[in-house]
Amino acid sequence: MITKRSCGEVVFDVFNAVFLGVLSLVFLYPMWYVIMAAFSDPSRFVSHTGLLWIPEGFSLSGFQMVLRTASITTGYLNTILYVAAGTALNILLTSMGAYVLSRRKLYIRRFLSLAIVFNMYLSGGLIPFYLTVRSLGLYNTRWALLLPTAINTWNLIVMRTSMAQVPESLEEAAKMDGANDFVILFRVIMPVIKSTVAVMVLFYAVQHWNAWFHAMIFLQDRSKYPLQLFLREILLSGSMTDIAAGSTGEDVNNVLTMNMLKYCTIVVSTLPILCIYPFLQKYFAKGVMIGSVKE
Amino acid sequence: MKIMKKTKDAMGRVGRNLKRDVARNKYVYFMAIPVVVFYICFCYLPMSGLLIAFQDYSPAKGIWGSKWVGFGNFMDFFRDYQFPRLLRNTLALSFELIIFGFPAPILLALFINELRGKHYRKFVQTVSYLPHFISLVVVCGLISNFTASTGVVNQVLSLFGLEPKTMLMDPKLFHPLFILSDIWQTAGWSSIVYLAAISGIDPGLYEAAAIDGAGRFRRIFHITLPALVPTITILLIMRIGNIMNLGYEKIILLYNPTIMETADIISTFTYRRGLLDADYGFSTAVGMFNSVVNFAILLLANKLSRKTTGESLW
Repeated sequence: MITKRSCGEVVFDVFNAVFLGVLSLVFLYPMWYVIMAAFSDPSRFVSHTGLLWIPEGFSLSGFQMVLRTASITTGYLNTILYVAAGTALNILLTSMGAYVLSRRKLYIRRFLSLAIVFNMYLSGGLIPFYLTVRSLGLYNTRWALLLPTAINTWNLIVMRTSMAQVPESLEEAAKMDGANDFVILFRVIMPVIKSTVAVMVLFYAVQHWNAWFHAMIFLQDRSKYPLQLFLREILLSGSMTDIAAGSTGEDVNNVLTMNMLKYCTIVVSTLPILCIYPFLQKYFAKGVMIGSVKE
Repeated sequence: MKIMKKTKDAMGRVGRNLKRDVARNKYVYFMAIPVVVFYICFCYLPMSGLLIAFQDYSPAKGIWGSKWVGFGNFMDFFRDYQFPRLLRNTLALSFELIIFGFPAPILLALFINELRGKHYRKFVQTVSYLPHFISLVVVCGLISNFTASTGVVNQVLSLFGLEPKTMLMDPKLFHPLFILSDIWQTAGWSSIVYLAAISGIDPGLYEAAAIDGAGRFRRIFHITLPALVPTITILLIMRIGNIMNLGYEKIILLYNPTIMETADIISTFTYRRGLLDADYGFSTAVGMFNSVVNFAILLLANKLSRKTTGESLW
């Protein structure tokens, strides 16, 4: 716009820019502190107080200790498995469900839509859910982390809305060529709505990566634990025995050294996600918006 | 007899139509099978499991063998000495989240929208999404670590002469910590919806207002905000309709015996009594009470909104 800014407006703009700068710092700083602490030299970090802007010295010894810890490796491998298998299952089921719900002429469409949306407002609650999963024989199996979360109703609706916007002529043309519904879904529709699919992959993958509650209530064997559950032990239950046992340093009992090891663990577990999300963010607004369109 | 015949006819018609439709769209119905199975197994079976709220349920006897106790479990809960405290904490925490947490993303979106400079704007947005991607376990780990008596928050506060203390052991500080960290984690991500709604506003409106001599602030108050009202209303109804569903996972990660009097809410109580003490019938009743109250408030909020603003969820 070619309007001249008044004095008050200039003040507002400056204030706004500074304010959002400070706010950005607030969003960023906790992770920044963690990363800087993780790369610090343990002996120097111990005596550091207050805010930290750059590493105190430089050392990778914390990471060496963390990566040697058996539980972190187990957790990491399990989490990768859950993310890969879980997300694949999510996308397969969500896209099939969305395809079914986007068939306008389908006889059971309305009934199915209602039956599914109903779950967004009412559910059995935690205990009946827990008992059901147990009675289905999923307790202490890896399936307990994959099957009960196979479809997120919100994501299903986002994908349905997105599919409904694909021009019908595309499908008609494919049908003429003798394509069945599976071919139409996976070869015609999915490529057209690939930006929505990308958002769904991101949402589901992050959800699996960060999930811990179902693992806590459904898993008993530590060999099946995802990373987040080990993280919980390390960060919140104060159990550092695993890491301390693998270390040769003399000051592992020091609280601040323990803290540094915690920071290294956080960096190892969180960095993969923090590295990918900025590249996908141009799709976020789209994914979030499609979902908020009303029926 | 007539009614029975009618229903039978109707059922027959549905059956025939369905048969014809299945024959025509067999692959589509084939695709629907796993989806339907999923919803039956993990949504509708648990819903039928709500029956045990009215039972003295024991897993060994199952739902058919357990003794029915009517509303006994509910009465036990209402008579429990913890009941007033649980209800108070649940409502207090939820109201505080709505009052302080709900406006945060709206304000953030308004501020970001007024920002000049495309790159700076993009930067602020990207950074504000970051906390959304950090796992709850890590966020809670950070909270407990930073606010420990030797943590960075206390180190900084001690520069101002404040006595260091483990903040998560102080019942008075739990609500502020919970709400501040919640705003930190969700405000950026929630602002996306508002920013998208703002970008849908016709730029002609702003130009016309500018020609009429309206300054920046008047344009914000008379164009941007009114354009956001429908979005705000819908999201507020949804938020109020979830008033009893706080993030109990976060509380389970953060609470400890010293702060139960302010941190314990109905859903954490359900979790403890149900999954830790295996008191299934009772805890199911507690959970059901929670969702019934919740659903009633949702209906009320929706109705109220339809009457006053014309916006509603359905």
